[in-house]
Amino acid sequence: MSPVKVFGPAKSTCVARVLICLEEVGAEYELVHVHIPAGEQKSPAHVARNPFGQVPAFEDGDLVLFESRAISKYVLRKHASDLLKESSVTESTMVDVWLDVESQKFDPIMSIIAFQCFIVPIFMGGTPDHKIVEESLEKLKDIFEVYEARLSKFKYLAGDFISLADLSHSPMLHYLLATPHAPVLSRYPHVKSWISGIMDRPSVKKITELMKAS
Amino acid sequence: MAPAAVKVYGWAMSPFVARALLCLEEAGVEYELVPMSRQAGDHLQPDFLARNPFAQVPVLEDGDLTLFESRAIARHVLRKHKPELLVGDGSPEAAAMVDVWLEVEAHQHHAPTAAIMVQCILAPLLGGARDQAVIDENVPKLKKVLEVYEARLSKTKYLAGESVSLADLSHFPMLRYFMETEYKALVEELPHVKAWWEELKVRPAARKVKEFMPVDFGLGKKVDQ
Repeated sequence: MSPVKVFGPAKSTCVARVLICLEEVGAEYELVHVHIPAGEQKSPAHVARNPFGQVPAFEDGDLVLFESRAISKYVLRKHASDLLKESSVTESTMVDVWLDVESQKFDPIMSIIAFQCFIVPIFMGGTPDHKIVEESLEKLKDIFEVYEARLSKFKYLAGDFISLADLSHSPMLHYLLATPHAPVLSRYPHVKSWISGIMDRPSVKKITELMKAS
Repeated sequence: MAPAAVKVYGWAMSPFVARALLCLEEAGVEYELVPMSRQAGDHLQPDFLARNPFAQVPVLEDGDLTLFESRAIARHVLRKHKPELLVGDGSPEAAAMVDVWLEVEAHQHHAPTAAIMVQCILAPLLGGARDQAVIDENVPKLKKVLEVYEARLSKTKYLAGESVSLADLSHFPMLRYFMETEYKALVEELPHVKAWWEELKVRPAARKVKEFMPVDFGLGKKVDQ
């Protein structure tokens, strides 16, 4: 069976999400770089794989997928991973709920913070807009308040079991921890402890190293 | 008569609440809609926050399970009652295609469609004026997204393949309102997208849910006396 292919730079949180899932299930994969600064994601070759001209794209034989959370679910299902809990209606539903919280609430706010703190200075030669960062941090705190209450009752977001809902946060958490704003977490001890646990997983450690190195 | 095991909390004209109701209707599940008032701030009350700490509608209660996030609710209802709308023929490939186009709705289609709809319909209803700059920023974005849909729907009957799925249904609530604006032309100028929309809107479940979704969001016209 030939290895699956992931197209995109490891530094992209959406690419990293997929790579972490592949590592979790121990699948063989090939990472094919896509050079964003050169606009390679808009090239005809890449758009043929991801019609929205974004990363990642994914190939498993003839199957071509895009959208990182859809790819992640496919990978986890294919290898019968327990991270989706699809054998239980109740548990799989809670995974879906908190994966949507990650996708619809956490990720958009973190994207703004990561854009200001990393993309603007590194790729655009500018300085972070502190007003935007502060506004976003306030929203992030509101989200973390909810997480703190949740994680005071359960070990992980979907319940007392780790799931894709938790792991899906890890690429953006890697960037949050690399900003000067990480100390905001000290107000949320359960969140902080939850983050440490996730970032300590071998799959996450391996991919965050790759994100730093590439 | 025993109370329904499934309860939906929210105002039905919300496209998010409507998404949940649409799935319940498609699956033929008996449910009770517990009406809430946005104006009265029902979603900010402690008893509601105990159900959804993010203070948003809808919430679904199914026996002991309480859930929020309309797309997660949609998946739950169909997984339990009509899984073929979520996983197709059950093959990993079929389920993956439904997931892909569900993500596309959430990450590509929703934002520009909602932005235009809010400016055209909701802003005036709430006593403000439409912000044409927001519309002008989002029209080209939505155009590009719909071009991808046109290419896809030229190859397959529905977004995830030859059978209808949640990926298609998930678009109905926001489009129901968007298609009342002058920007419906963006859909109507694309023959396959137009045909796909025409089919979606005549589904019995869609027709039923539309009854709860007046184009004025129940806000009515303010009459100057």
